[in-house]
Amino acid sequence: MRIILFILQKEFLQIFRNRAMLPIIFFVPIVQLLVLAYAATFEIKNVNLFVIDQDYSPSSRDLILKFKGSQFYTIVGYSEAFTAGDQALINNEADQILQIPADFEKKLETEKASSLQVTTNAINGSAASLMNAYALSIIMDYNTNVILETLGLRHPPDPISISSAFWYNPELDYITFMVPGILVLLVFIIGSFLSGMNVVREKEIGTIEQVNVTPIKKYQFIIGKLIPFWFIGMFELAFGLAVARLVFDIPILGSLGLIFFMAGVFLLVALGMGLFISTITSTQQQAMFITWFFMVVFILMSGLFTPVQSMPEWAQWLNKINPIAYFIEVMRMVMLKGSTFSDILTQFFSLLILGVLMNILAIWRYRKVV
Amino acid sequence: MKGFIIKEFFHIFRDVRSMVILFGMPLVQVLVFGFAITTEIKDVEIAILDYSRDHLSQELSNKILSSEYFILAENLEDEGQIESVFKAGKVKEVIIFRDNFARNLEKEQHAAIHIIADASDPNSANIIVNYTTGIIRSFMLEKIGEKALPIEINTEYKMLFNPELKSVFMFIPGIITVLLMLVSAMMTSISIAREKELGTMEVLLVSPLNPVQIVAGKVIPYVFLSFVNAITILLLAFFVFGMPVQGSIILLLAESLLFIIMALALGIFISTVSGSQQTAMMISMFALMLPTILLSGFIFPIENMPEVLQWLCNLMPTKWFIIIVKDIMLKGVGLTYIWKETLIILGMTIFFIVLSVKKFKIRLE
Amino acid sequence: MHSEEHIIRVENLTRKFGSFTAVDKLNFYVNKGEIFGFLGANGAGKTTAIRILCGLLLPTSGKIEVAGFDIYRQTNKVKQNIGYMSQKFSLYEDMTVAENFRFYGGIYGLSRKDIREKISYYLHKLRLEKKKNAIIKSLPLGWKQKLAFSVAMMHDPKVIFLDEPTGGVDPVTRRQFWEMIYEAASAGTTIFVTTHYMDEAEYCQRVSIMVDGRIEALDTPERLKKQFEADSMEGVFLQLARGHS
Repeated sequence: MRIILFILQKEFLQIFRNRAMLPIIFFVPIVQLLVLAYAATFEIKNVNLFVIDQDYSPSSRDLILKFKGSQFYTIVGYSEAFTAGDQALINNEADQILQIPADFEKKLETEKASSLQVTTNAINGSAASLMNAYALSIIMDYNTNVILETLGLRHPPDPISISSAFWYNPELDYITFMVPGILVLLVFIIGSFLSGMNVVREKEIGTIEQVNVTPIKKYQFIIGKLIPFWFIGMFELAFGLAVARLVFDIPILGSLGLIFFMAGVFLLVALGMGLFISTITSTQQQAMFITWFFMVVFILMSGLFTPVQSMPEWAQWLNKINPIAYFIEVMRMVMLKGSTFSDILTQFFSLLILGVLMNILAIWRYRKVV
Repeated sequence: MKGFIIKEFFHIFRDVRSMVILFGMPLVQVLVFGFAITTEIKDVEIAILDYSRDHLSQELSNKILSSEYFILAENLEDEGQIESVFKAGKVKEVIIFRDNFARNLEKEQHAAIHIIADASDPNSANIIVNYTTGIIRSFMLEKIGEKALPIEINTEYKMLFNPELKSVFMFIPGIITVLLMLVSAMMTSISIAREKELGTMEVLLVSPLNPVQIVAGKVIPYVFLSFVNAITILLLAFFVFGMPVQGSIILLLAESLLFIIMALALGIFISTVSGSQQTAMMISMFALMLPTILLSGFIFPIENMPEVLQWLCNLMPTKWFIIIVKDIMLKGVGLTYIWKETLIILGMTIFFIVLSVKKFKIRLE
Repeated sequence: MHSEEHIIRVENLTRKFGSFTAVDKLNFYVNKGEIFGFLGANGAGKTTAIRILCGLLLPTSGKIEVAGFDIYRQTNKVKQNIGYMSQKFSLYEDMTVAENFRFYGGIYGLSRKDIREKISYYLHKLRLEKKKNAIIKSLPLGWKQKLAFSVAMMHDPKVIFLDEPTGGVDPVTRRQFWEMIYEAASAGTTIFVTTHYMDEAEYCQRVSIMVDGRIEALDTPERLKKQFEADSMEGVFLQLARGHS
């Protein structure tokens, strides 16, 4: 125990003397939270619409006004020529084209049926389907209005009334959803990245050899190396939670104690992973790449951005060993829904098993003697 | 000079682990993105709370569950259970049928259904509710019989450039960009910082090679590696995911080369301002990767970000390169459409080169 | 042979890296309190041998005892009784002189009081009291080497292994360094030192010369010079090394 204390003292000295460390601990979390929270959104708030109006009638103008009045649409250009619309789409000036054919109004009056065309830039598939939905609802709305005005008919009420409620996030605020997940990334980066790098650095500089000739035990060295980053990770979480609460006004419905307890377990996995990577690499460059690689895969598959249940079977299986996926679930459940420990038992045991396995692997791979 | 480049290649290739990562990474990432990352919704677990338990409520439940979107996780008994199933994270949605569903519908032509969604994931919640509503509507039409609208506007929807709405089309240009950035900027900055740290840089600096040659020697292998990576991804995109290259492939490669040079210049610049590998890594990690992934339009559309971030995005070379790649691959346009983006990247390249040359000289004095 | 007198005993030590035999059937012993020179050209296998004796590397075969303990079974006892100063500079550059002493003293299990006493003893001896709180990075190489030696000596090891301790150091500092070595030896510590400087070889009580993984000669400098009819150790070394290249 005394020996571990000496190692701890040395590690903290080195960490806080490193001028790059303090910005990483304080600055990076804020930037990450701010940038990620605002940038990572699939919401479409603005659609640039190009209008090709070949009808030029009061009806077509009414329809265009409906689009103009929508909070989602900005009209970026008008023309009569089809090519102008295509051009605008290719130029990225417009996201969507509304084409109103020359006989729009006439057909509406004589045949009681008319047609329109909506063309959407679909490179971003999910955005495109949203934009389509927007256009659809405006046109439907317009359709109902026309019926009402020309025939004086009212749309009959639906035989089944559907009411819906959105719990835990009634305003469907995307930031509320993202922030708990971002906090997980923050803790993970500190845990796996900094700790792994720290050990490889000693290897690269050669000081690890001097430590290896001492009678120090494997576990003493590893515990001494891990504890500082465990504390920094916990601190980081506290700091991040404060920012989330004060800046973003994210609710924390569940127990703070539970959040920190689970973070402690999660950090075990992250630290073990960092340490394991450090044992299989010999330079910081390699360590960074491997860490980066796993981080990207873990993050993308974790459900941070896209729903896990939509992934194919094999991907969901892979997620069984993805610590980030478990902890993101936990954070969202505890923070946003107020889930209790009995709700997250699965995640707790999974993380615990991963943590124990990771650390056993790391200790087994860590060699004092070659 | 030639020998020097060969030395760099040896450094890189002899290191099996780095090689695996360099060439394995694009493969895995493209596959993960292509197959696993999808914003579509399916197999959502829901719970049903049916107070009526009559033939119509059963029929509607079956109809909802027989769609590919929903799986029944639990039948609830009373409203008190809703909270607990949500908290346990078992279901994303609860559908509630009030009493006498069938009788109300048949006798009074009016029945009520209540949907509660777990909106802690707002995006999914919204889509799930929309799907449910859609299924209920179509059920309604089946039962009541469809009445055609007295006046109808038919809209034809066309999805341009990606008719099947594949997510891969969106992600491939982004992955190419991220990897080029990673391999070029990150690897060079770290490898130069490493030589500085180990003191071997000084040996090179006193050699008859001039600084430009040294730097060129360091970066040429990475140009090559980046290129191989880019081509691997393009081949994968084409053969595995059926993503076309509509425009000129020569133009695409030329633009890639320009971007690689820009990234290398940036990498060199980072290495000149950082004294150790660790600093170089931190700068690369946080100053490069974060914006490359988030502020480039790779995953999240830029137009929806707050003004300040949009402004920041303009400073990201990756934003412009992703536009170029998408335009060439998916829209099939030529240089006349993307000269502006090309010029911006060219400008950035020159900016970084000038900056690093300046820094480099100061260091030599 | 009794391990009380022979502080290091090596029998048939062999270490292979794949098909390459770095160290081939070494047999030697080192007496207690002796200054033992371990010479050889680059790549002769010195560093491999020294790393094995320190427990950093496992031998492929052979029987080795250091400070009376078996290198296989009693590794930690061996480590408690040896000091090591490597070719690569091994103090933490971003910590102060005192912090380095405290750290290494701590992991050898010295009490805080002992550590304090050792720090003031060694700093006084090196006349570096004022540099107690200086960051290692800011000190000249010669000082760092002397500090590294002191740190390695802090837990009073029975044997200290010095792997090219004076590489890159000026002649004055080298001289001072050897004075420290003599002092340690006269206090009873056994010194096991590798070096490239042949004048330093003359300071050793006995010298072994390794060529291609084997010990080709082992005796006092006097007798070696007589045996090879050379007037300096450099002559002896050149004859042996030349004979094999």
